[in-house]
Amino acid sequence: MRASPLLIAALIAVPAVLRADPVMAPDPLSYTQLADPAQEARAQALMQTIRCVVCQGQSIADSDADLAASMRAIVREKTAAGETPDAIRAWMVARYGRWVNYRPAVEPVTWPLWGAPLALIGIGALLARRVLKRRGRA
Amino acid sequence: MKTVRLLLWLPLIAFLIVLGLVSSGLIKPHSTTIQSQMIGRPLPAFTLPSGRAGEAPLTSTGFADDKPRLVNIFASWCVPCLAEAPELMVLKREGIRIEGIAIRDRTEDLAAFLQRNGDPYERIGRDDTGAVQIALGSSGVPESFVVDGKGIIRAQHIGEIRPEDMAGLIAAVQGAR
Repeated sequence: MRASPLLIAALIAVPAVLRADPVMAPDPLSYTQLADPAQEARAQALMQTIRCVVCQGQSIADSDADLAASMRAIVREKTAAGETPDAIRAWMVARYGRWVNYRPAVEPVTWPLWGAPLALIGIGALLARRVLKRRGRA
Repeated sequence: MKTVRLLLWLPLIAFLIVLGLVSSGLIKPHSTTIQSQMIGRPLPAFTLPSGRAGEAPLTSTGFADDKPRLVNIFASWCVPCLAEAPELMVLKREGIRIEGIAIRDRTEDLAAFLQRNGDPYERIGRDDTGAVQIALGSSGVPESFVVDGKGIIRAQHIGEIRPEDMAGLIAAVQGAR
């Protein structure tokens, strides 16, 4: 199917308000690393484990959403100010709830999540042992 | 022998559990809206430059004056914000005080937006980085927060305000003294 040149021209001419994206430049810390490599490493590691609240299947380190960019800037600012990763994570959870943890924390509510694979491996091992024992006897 | 027979049922039980999980997800899909956890807590401290030329900044300390308000998170580039603009004007006429927080917006764009769609705001603060939006636990535009006369966040409305939301919002603001 060929798009008519007129249609393409019309799409390009869509007024800015219909493009629905801000025109402001993002916070510098959204896309710029911290000067101190140790701090930047800590901030990076934390960003990998915080969920973007717009593109919810991505961490804020991966997401290109404006809100994720702002969240990265906040993580870097707070890291540069000497806050620990745990404190920054708690700050995010206090705003967006536990689901903002892109890597779920190990706590009572997530024990089934972390425990289920171990339980399944355990059951599998038991089953395998029984079957192998029976074969050994036969 | 008996345990073996019981074990034979295990795959079926496991299948039923998976079936139950999948169908519950189909019947009641996981909600993708993220509620702010700041309800019941004071507004985070902020000072935002005004979105209108030559006006005083919007500060969080100015909210503790015994007057309940609606804080509307919006932007001139946001399409659903256009849709709720008439509703905000109605709220203003009903005597609801509305403070605006404009996300990543320019004063000239804001002025054009307000001229076209009406200006329901007492004051407008410009949040150029989205930092205050995040501090409020808001995950998009538009969103509105009911803030009581002591500066405590009482409720959150996610998405554009529609005609059917009006009665509830007016009651929520008037009840937040």
